[in-house]
Amino acid sequence: MREQILTFLEKNSKIDLAELAIMLGSSEEIIANEVAKMEQEQVICGYHTLIDWEKTSSEKVTALIEVRVTPQRGQGFDSIAERIYNYPEVQSVYLISGAYDLLVILQGKSLREVSAFVSDKLSTLDTVLSTATHFILKKYKDYGTIMGKKSKDERMLVTL
Amino acid sequence: MRNPLSEKVMSIEPSGIRKFFDIASEMEEVISLGVGEPDFDTPWHIRDEGIYSLEQGRTFYTSNAGLKELREEISRYLKRRCHLDYDPLQEILVTVGGSEGIDLAMRAMLNPGDEVLIPQPCYVSYLPCVVLADGVPVTIELKEENEFRLTKEELLEKITDKTKILVLPFPNNPTGAVMRREDLEAIAEVIIEKDLFVLSDEIYSELTYQEEHVSIASLPGMWERTLTINGFSKSHAMTGWRLGYLCGPKEMIAQMTKIHQFAIMCAPTTSQYAAVDALRCGDEDVARMRESYDQRRRFLMHEFARMGLKCFEPFGAFYVFPCIKEFGLTSDEFAMRLLEEEHVAVVPGTAFGPCGEGFLRISYAYSIEALKTALERIERFIRKLKQENGD
Repeated sequence: MREQILTFLEKNSKIDLAELAIMLGSSEEIIANEVAKMEQEQVICGYHTLIDWEKTSSEKVTALIEVRVTPQRGQGFDSIAERIYNYPEVQSVYLISGAYDLLVILQGKSLREVSAFVSDKLSTLDTVLSTATHFILKKYKDYGTIMGKKSKDERMLVTL
Repeated sequence: MRNPLSEKVMSIEPSGIRKFFDIASEMEEVISLGVGEPDFDTPWHIRDEGIYSLEQGRTFYTSNAGLKELREEISRYLKRRCHLDYDPLQEILVTVGGSEGIDLAMRAMLNPGDEVLIPQPCYVSYLPCVVLADGVPVTIELKEENEFRLTKEELLEKITDKTKILVLPFPNNPTGAVMRREDLEAIAEVIIEKDLFVLSDEIYSELTYQEEHVSIASLPGMWERTLTINGFSKSHAMTGWRLGYLCGPKEMIAQMTKIHQFAIMCAPTTSQYAAVDALRCGDEDVARMRESYDQRRRFLMHEFARMGLKCFEPFGAFYVFPCIKEFGLTSDEFAMRLLEEEHVAVVPGTAFGPCGEGFLRISYAYSIEALKTALERIERFIRKLKQENGD
């Protein structure tokens, strides 16, 4: 049941729980309880909105920054990750296997702002060995949604 | 000039919903619940395999019966999903959709005057295919009180010494009815006793929502008397690829392959390569789509109950078949007014046989959003009818 609820919520956090209950053959009360429990247990961590900022007038630049670091004794990568994710302009921080250690996703107003963050704040951290910054030019698909594509029903109106 | 056409062809009625369809297509802002095909796109990995086969230049004919690789996958699939054993080399024929299989079966099996029993309401192809093959169609009226299942008694009533084939179209289009194992066992008994054959059209076999589908050929004594039709259209959302298959005893399949060879040559090559991938890697897609149809089915049944539209609960395919007798309109009148006044297209039950009178076929191969909008309009329409009738 949890998995089914989450599958729906992941796609549409605004779904009407009464409707969801009908589709899952359950009751609204049970579904609402389960959702509340999952919020409490932080299985559900938030309800965000997927925005195509390109269609707005606000300027935003998103960068992916590969960061190589020296893990610290007793704390591994956690404390350095924390120092990075506490910056509000940092959207995501992932620990990555392979050629580098942390992947940092950063959103800024301009290229200059992003590069200032990398050179002034990120690179100067003691444990950071090197960084490589990639700017996102276009988002085709985000969080499972193809950006800006409206699907049209091309089937014939009536077939037997 | 002489009449260029045969009397036989001229005697066949064109599909009854042509006029209805023409009006609907001219209208703006129509919401249709009249479509008999999935709303999902074919899963990407299957499409990708089709594209790859084109890139590889696999654009030639395949063997008449279909790619050996595909027949082997079909054989494994039928074993896994329907507990059926068919030899890929001699007992499986890949056809252009399930519908070609219907035509082949009738042409290969009927002698002039042989009677074919067709339970109605049902898909529209069986009857004309029987007529074109010089057979005599004999319809059996299925009843709502039996949830549109075929009963032993209904079957026995229509059997004569000319009866040769029973068409068994379950899960059913348009009613959504399914035949459970015990229902099939009762039918099988009669089939064996009366020495008949069954054409079992199982194109919706993956879409059952209560119990797993049961193939009649898997019952004792029935394999040798059954032709099983299935395909990729409904299960894998591949209607436009035109790919199905026909399975049965090799003596029967050999004769059907002959007709297929001369009339068709082979099913589309690109589709066949794509279908190999559908059977190898598509089980999860099928389950995902089934789950989604089931959710919509529950939603629709709930909404009908709420607005007071009578409907038995169907457990197969993607149709519901509500009863509209209480409104004092025929199916045609109801559907036409619903189209004109609320711009919602549904199919009158009579398109599937005279006994569909008093019913509508509503498809739930639509997004919940589309269903919701359509249901709002249907509810408004019903309220209006009730007012008119002074209820």
